[in-house]
Parts: sequence; structure tokens; C-alpha cells
Amino acid sequence: MFNRNEIFETISMIEQENLDIRTITMGISLRDCASESSLNSRRRIYEKITRYAEKLVRTGEDIEREFGIPIINKRISVTPISMVAESSDELDYARFAETLDQAAKAVGVNFIGGFSALVHKGYTKGDRALVRALPEALANTERVCASVNVATTKAGINMDAVRDMGLTIREAARLTADRGAIACAKLVVFANVPEDNPFMAGAFHGVGEPECVINVGVSGPGVVANAVKRTKGADFGVVSEAIKKTAFKITRMGQLVAQEASQRLNVPFGIVDLSLAPTPAVGDSVAYILEAMGLEKCGGPGTTAALALLNDAVKKGGVMASSYVGGLSGAFIPVSEDAGMIAAVQCGALTLEKLEAMTCVCSVGLDMIAVPGDTSAATISAIIADEVAIGMVNQKTTAVRLIPAPGTVVGDVVEFGGLLGSGPVMKVNPFSAEEFIARGGRIPAPLHSLKN
Amino acid sequence: MRAVITVLGCDRVGIIAGVTAVLAESGTNILDISQTLMGEIFTMIMMVDATVDCRELQEKLSAKGKELGVEIRLQREDIFQSMHRI
Repeated sequence: MFNRNEIFETISMIEQENLDIRTITMGISLRDCASESSLNSRRRIYEKITRYAEKLVRTGEDIEREFGIPIINKRISVTPISMVAESSDELDYARFAETLDQAAKAVGVNFIGGFSALVHKGYTKGDRALVRALPEALANTERVCASVNVATTKAGINMDAVRDMGLTIREAARLTADRGAIACAKLVVFANVPEDNPFMAGAFHGVGEPECVINVGVSGPGVVANAVKRTKGADFGVVSEAIKKTAFKITRMGQLVAQEASQRLNVPFGIVDLSLAPTPAVGDSVAYILEAMGLEKCGGPGTTAALALLNDAVKKGGVMASSYVGGLSGAFIPVSEDAGMIAAVQCGALTLEKLEAMTCVCSVGLDMIAVPGDTSAATISAIIADEVAIGMVNQKTTAVRLIPAPGTVVGDVVEFGGLLGSGPVMKVNPFSAEEFIARGGRIPAPLHSLKN
Repeated sequence: MRAVITVLGCDRVGIIAGVTAVLAESGTNILDISQTLMGEIFTMIMMVDATVDCRELQEKLSAKGKELGVEIRLQREDIFQSMHRI
């Protein structure tokens, strides 16, 4: 029998500190859905997704009820569509996005990721068609998420793709100007993208993955923040220990849910992603953890060091609690999805440049950041270039999800709704990178990529 | 299925009787039970071995909880096991 404190600790983590399983994501390979005929290919895709994921949502709900732990999202990731659609006669890949959207609706998942392309060294025919279709695909669908990997430590940075992504983001914003440029919130530009990430919008089912797999993303910034608060005045060794213990407990729960889902769906268990993913709910904020360590506001001096400690302790605590760890695994700092980050931006404590520095020590990058509507494509590309350079050189994943909502200026707030929250429009450095971005070509891989 | 039942709420006559009656009706065996008052708050933890469907028992308990003005949760034991035992 468990003692009273243990039982009530678990219940209070769930009820008062917003502990939840953020997502159960089913990865499905669509490699066998390619066809010369676009219609056939799309039919196969729809049929396969709806067959494999038929019981995903219900199974998630059953586990949620039986264990009494909320499972916020049930989602699907698929093989990058640029690869699946490439051999078809389709000219407009937005139609593949529509098929994914229909399949997602049919099985009741709120997001489906994998309208993606990996172009870190260059474009294939399919990659080019996919990138061209991105703005329309994201504007015309509700649940489809897209990602483009433009850099790796091994390959360097594809600056042509970086330039194209600046233009793509601008166009996606224009097409959804009436909806807070929501299309941009569903598009992530990556360096060193992981192939088993369960979190949206960057999830896709990598080519080295099995036929079908269950990946689970845990969460719990609120639980960690309270654990840190209880260490008030103690030194950092104590803080780190407190975070590790909490991360261990959270991850054990993730592992349990992952195994249970895998068994019930008869699909192999892939990984648990040890990320602290904030939500707009009060108390569910990564910024508040940093502030609980003694910072007046997230973004002030000391923030990067605090985040480095947090990120490291979460991994150290979590890694022992799961048999397979993967995905992004770290602390997320999406501005619009974190009440503490929003407040820090609004009071002037947190700037874009500080966020960039913070991404050097955590996952995942400049995430869910609203920038003024008149930010040029070249400036967006240059921000992407800076961020992926950090990923390339530091051999880590970095990503950019910027939202240049048309008509907005610094100080406005863009509403996305739901888990995506609302983003205060942040100031962007006004100096031009036009000529720099116009060069194109590739930035070579760093020396330390030559490991063999 | 082994599960943990927790009951929280204002103390009053008949909480244990009400909850155990539901369990007896559904053929659920109580393995362990501990009850205490934290100030005015009644708290009870039970370890049970249920033979009926989890959803059915949860629904019956939560209906009884409403009647008694207390909150009743039933969660599978595994969640506590995984969090607190290595």
C-alpha cells in the first residue's frame, strides 16, 4: 500500500499543478502509399491513416480515465509528404495536405504532422513542390502541420531554402491575415530535426522509423515550478536535485502511458520525449520556473544560466525513468504558449535577442513568436539563418516558428486560440540582411562535423 | 484490476457506508482502507480489487460522491506504482 503522502502528491500534481501527458503521437509510415497517380496515392494515404489510427483517440481517452491522468492531445505524424508525393503526377501538393486534414478529422486527432521536406543539402523535385504548396496548404487546412529542415551539423545550411522559407512564411501570413496568420503557427523551420518528435508542429515520421510507432510527450512545468519554489534560498545543487526528482516522477508516468497505449493499440513503443511544454494556463509556464530560481523576470540577466540548469536537470532526472528517450527532450520556450513568457515580453524583460541566446541551452528555438507584419522576407530568413547556425554548430536541434501577422505592430497581441495561445508582437532589429540573404548557396558544415 | 480510491470532502455521517455499499454491490473487494480527518476535511484512501469494468465503477462512485457531497476518484494502482516505486 502506498502511504497517504504519495497518493496525495500524485493527485495534487495532476489537479493543482497541471501535470499531464501532453501528447500520444502515432507515427505512421506512408512510404507504401506512393503512386504515379495522385488520386491513388491520396486514397491510399487516407485509407492507411484511418485504419491505423482508428482506435487512437478512444484508447487515449480510456487510459486517461482509468489512470486519472489527463492526456491532452492525441496526434499523428507521417512520413514527409515530399517523399510520398514525389513519384505522383500531382502538381499541387496542397491536395495531399487536404487528404491529411480529412484523415485527421475522420479519426478525431487535432493535429497531423508530416507535410514536411528535408532539404538541408538541396531540393528534390518533390521537396520543391512541397515548399511551393506550403502557404496554400496551411491556409486551406485546419489540422495539418508542416516542417522543413534546412540545416544539419553534417550538411551545413541550405541558404537557398532559408531564403525560400522567409518568402513562404510571409505568404502564409498573407493568406491567413484574417485569422492572426495562423498558417505560420503550423510551420516550423528546423536544423537537425529529430525523426521521432511527438510534439507539433514539428512532428513527422522519419525514414528510419518502423511501420507504425507510439511516441509520448510528457509535460509538467507547473510541477517543476512548485518543486523549485520549495527550494527557496538553497544552492543550485539542491535546485538541480529537486528538478531531477520531479522529472523522474513525471517521466515514469509518461513511460507507463506509452507502454499501455502501445500494448492496447498493438503498436511498438518508440520513445518518451522529456520536454517541459508550457501551456497558456496559469501556472503551467517554463518562465515561472526560471523566476522561481530567483530571477525578477524571465529574460533578465541570469536567464540563460537558469534555463541551462533546468534543461540539464530535466534530462538527468527523466532519462533513468524511461527505457527509450528521444524526440526533442528539453524545455520549450514558445512565447505565445507560456503566460510567464508573454508577461516578460510585455514588461520589456524578454527580447528576441535574449530568446536566441536561450535557445543555445534548451530545445527548441525561436518558437511561436509574433513579429511585426511588415517584417521583410529577408529579415525573417536572416533570423532563421542565425537560429539554424546555432543548431548546426552546437550539434543540437533548433527551430524557428515566426508569425508576421499582417497589419500588426510592436505591442499588439495576436490571438491564435487554444493551446497556441496569444503572442505579443516583438521588436525586430531593423537593420537589413537583404544582400546577405540574396547570396544563396550553402553554408558549409562546421569542422567538428568531420568525426570519422 | 487493482485500483486506488480516494475520497475527499466535508465530513458527515454515512460516507464510508455509502462508498462501501457501492463497492459491495459491484463485487469489489477492499484490500486496505485508511481514513482520517485533516481539520474539517474527510479523507479516505482505499486499495481495492475490482472485477467489474473500470468505467462502470467510476460512474457509480462519482454518482454516490455527488449524493454525499464528496469527491471520489478511482485510479488504477499502476500510476502510483510507477511514480513512487522503482
